[in-house]
Amino acid sequence: MDVVLVDAGGTNIGSVRYALQRLGVDAALTSDAAAIRGADKVILPGVGAAGPGMARLRELGLVDVLRSLEQPVLGVCLGMQLLCARSEEGDTECLGLIPAPVRRFTEAPGLRVPHMGWNRLSVQRPHPLLAGLGDDDQAYFVHSYAVPVGDWTLATADYGGAFSAVIAHGNFHGMQFHPERSAAVGARLLKNFLEL
Amino acid sequence: MLSRRIIPCLDVRDGQVVKGVRFRDHVVMGEIVDLALRYRDEGADELVFYDITASPEGRSVDRGWVEKVARAIDIPFCVAGGIRSVDEARAVLHAGADKISVNSPALERPALIDELAAAFGVQCVVVGIDSLRDADGEWRVRQYTGDPAKTQALSRRTLDWLVEAQQRGAGEIVLNCMGSDGVRRGYDLEQLSVARALCRVPLVASGGAGEPEHFRDAFLEADVDGALAASVFHSGAIAIPELKRYLRGRDVTVRIA
Repeated sequence: MDVVLVDAGGTNIGSVRYALQRLGVDAALTSDAAAIRGADKVILPGVGAAGPGMARLRELGLVDVLRSLEQPVLGVCLGMQLLCARSEEGDTECLGLIPAPVRRFTEAPGLRVPHMGWNRLSVQRPHPLLAGLGDDDQAYFVHSYAVPVGDWTLATADYGGAFSAVIAHGNFHGMQFHPERSAAVGARLLKNFLEL
Repeated sequence: MLSRRIIPCLDVRDGQVVKGVRFRDHVVMGEIVDLALRYRDEGADELVFYDITASPEGRSVDRGWVEKVARAIDIPFCVAGGIRSVDEARAVLHAGADKISVNSPALERPALIDELAAAFGVQCVVVGIDSLRDADGEWRVRQYTGDPAKTQALSRRTLDWLVEAQQRGAGEIVLNCMGSDGVRRGYDLEQLSVARALCRVPLVASGGAGEPEHFRDAFLEADVDGALAASVFHSGAIAIPELKRYLRGRDVTVRIA
């Protein structure tokens, strides 16, 4: 299977690549349009801010490439947010592949931002991406912006209210947490994606 | 609900994990990757690696072992040790660390925190604070604590620095209460509670864990997000699976691996 990791400058690319290697898949790290178009699976990682993330995709000429993809695509953390319509972070227009907004968490007593740590995943809609996910399964999150619950939501987590932890729209999928850093739960979800 | 994090801390020196008492007299605890995997298997939520001699020796962290750890484990980890610039931080993050922690270099040049937050986002930037209560009752920060001969007491008040670090872009604070470190009589709940009231980002307690009750107290009384410990885990005095079952039985939200 030909899996590519889109190199958009995020610092967690190495971690995602190692996680795939632990699953027996050697994913190429690339910003080459032909390689991305020709892959069986495309993963868009990303740590950082939405504005610079989109700017980097534009510089690399990848915006239209990503919009044209028909194979399964997975965005991780910021990568997931870039698949959405618009982010409040720097009021950034994103790729618009999942019709969801991205909003900042509102700080409140006991509600620290960034949302950092392990939180329970709650399945809202059965989907092959979530196969085998148990009631007590948790994933590792680090983020200040989140996607609200909507038609796109497959699983939620709770932080001062429910937000989208896993989303999908057609062939585009997103995980707000870091599957590459979410132990056995994350490995299973990545494996599920590879098997879509 | 967000789980409270249990964070083993691995002090790294010359490529091995070491542990001292009150920051002195270090003894070798084992190989870095072996210990990292052991803690992952036991259900640690995160690991922190401190290259304890990097800052006093004026060098940055050795990236070779960072990449080895990143390949081997599938839980997040933070690396600290003499990171003085955006380029040095980038190298550590690209080697696979999830977060970088700055302590002495941020005291030398506080703008480093702003630069790191701008380059990588606040979620990558942890500020470690070594704090000790002085004779006048004030908590003040210490610098270069990795080497007792070079450790310096600064005039900067711990709580002032905690506020400034957040304003500059710290996404998490690790407060190491040196007065309680290594003696296993419990976290410094008084200092942590005062810090908590001023801390809008995640706060991690460090220094003093000896019994499971100490973790419970830090979470329920000082409301910290994570609790860091070293010797009780390295020695096997506290096993993480039992600790988490104990905490869950006392209404602390934790992840059972």
